Amino acid sequence: MTDMILLIFLMALVTFIPRVLPILLLSRRNMPATVTVWLSYVPVAVLAALLAPALFAPNGTVNLAFDTNPAFWVAIPVFVVAHFTRNLFATVLYGMVQIALVRIFLS
Amino acid sequence: MNYKNDNGDPVSQLSQFWQNGSCIADKNKKQEALVGLIRAVPIILGYLPIGLAFGVLASTAGLSISSAGAMSVFVFAGSAQLISVGLIAAGSSVFSITMTVFLVNLRHLLMSASLAPYLNRLKTWQQLLFSYELTDESFAVHSTYFRKHGTPSFTQLFALNLSAQLAWITGTIVGAWIGERLTFDTEAYGIDFALPAMFIALLVMQVEKKSHLKIALLAAALGLFFYLLGFSQLYIIIATIIAATCGALTDKSRNYRGEDRDD
Repeated sequence: MTDMILLIFLMALVTFIPRVLPILLLSRRNMPATVTVWLSYVPVAVLAALLAPALFAPNGTVNLAFDTNPAFWVAIPVFVVAHFTRNLFATVLYGMVQIALVRIFLS
Repeated sequence: MNYKNDNGDPVSQLSQFWQNGSCIADKNKKQEALVGLIRAVPIILGYLPIGLAFGVLASTAGLSISSAGAMSVFVFAGSAQLISVGLIAAGSSVFSITMTVFLVNLRHLLMSASLAPYLNRLKTWQQLLFSYELTDESFAVHSTYFRKHGTPSFTQLFALNLSAQLAWITGTIVGAWIGERLTFDTEAYGIDFALPAMFIALLVMQVEKKSHLKIALLAAALGLFFYLLGFSQLYIIIATIIAATCGALTDKSRNYRGEDRDD
C-alpha cells in the first residue's frame, strides 16, 4: 500500500514536470521567430506521429488486413468526414458508429 | 481593484463592483464554463470508455478502486496509466515504472512548449492548473482553437480540462468497480475508436497549408518507422522533432537568411 502511494506520487511528479516546465519557462518570453515557426509544426507532427502506428500497426507490426485491423480502413472515411465537416463531434460519432457497424459485419 | 481610480471613492467603487461588476462577471463565468464543458464533449466521449478500460485493467492488475481512482486524479495521463498497470501486473519495480512513465510523458514537453506563447496572460497558478490537466486530447483541442481564435478565458480553459478529467475519473472508478465483479470486453462496439477518430479530426483541422500536410505525412512515416524499430516510448518525440525541424527549415513564411526557398 505504501508502495502504491509512493508509485502514484512519483508518477504524478514525472507526468507534471514535462507538462508544466515549458509553459512556465517559455510563456512570458519573446521567442525567436525560428522557434515560433518550429513550434507551429509541432501539433501536426505530434498528432501524425501518434496516429500512424495506432492505425498501421496497432499490435506492434504492420497489419492492413480488413478483418483483423478494421480501424485502418475505417480511418479513411473518417479522414474524409473530418475534412468536409471540420467538426470534432461529428467526426468522432461517425467513426464510432462506422467501426461498430464494421465489427458487427465481421463477427 | 485599483482604489486610486478617479471615478469615485473606494467605497462607492467597491459597492458598484459588487452590484454590477461581479454579477456580470459571474454570468460571463457561467457562460464561459458552459462553453468549456460543451467543447469538452468529444474528449468526454473518448475518456469515459477508455477510463473504463483503464479501471477494468487496473482492478485486474490488483489495484483497489481507490488506488485506480487516485491515479486518475493525481496522474491523469491515459497512456502512462495504462502502461503502468501493465508493468504493475508484471511485477516491475517502482523505479522502472516511474522511468517508463517519464519517457512516455516526454512528448508533453513539446505540446506544452507549443501552447506556451498563447498562455502568457494567465497567472502562474492558472498556468500550473492548466498544465496539470494537459493531455494529448486537451492539447489537440486547445491548439486547434488557439490558432484559430486566440486564447479564451481561463474559466473556459479550466472548465474544458476539468470536464475531461472528471470523465476520466468517472470512467476509472466505474471500470474498477465493474472489473472487481466481472470480465469486460473493452473492444465491444466502437468505444475504443473514439480517440483515434478524434485525433484524425484534430489533425485534419490543424492542416492549414500545404507544408503542414507534408510535415504531417513525414511525421506519420517517421513515427511508424521508429515505432517499428522498437522505440516504443520515444517514437512520438523523435518523429516530432525531426519533422518539425524539417518544417521550420523549409518554411516559406519567414526567410531567415533573406533568401527564397523552394519546397
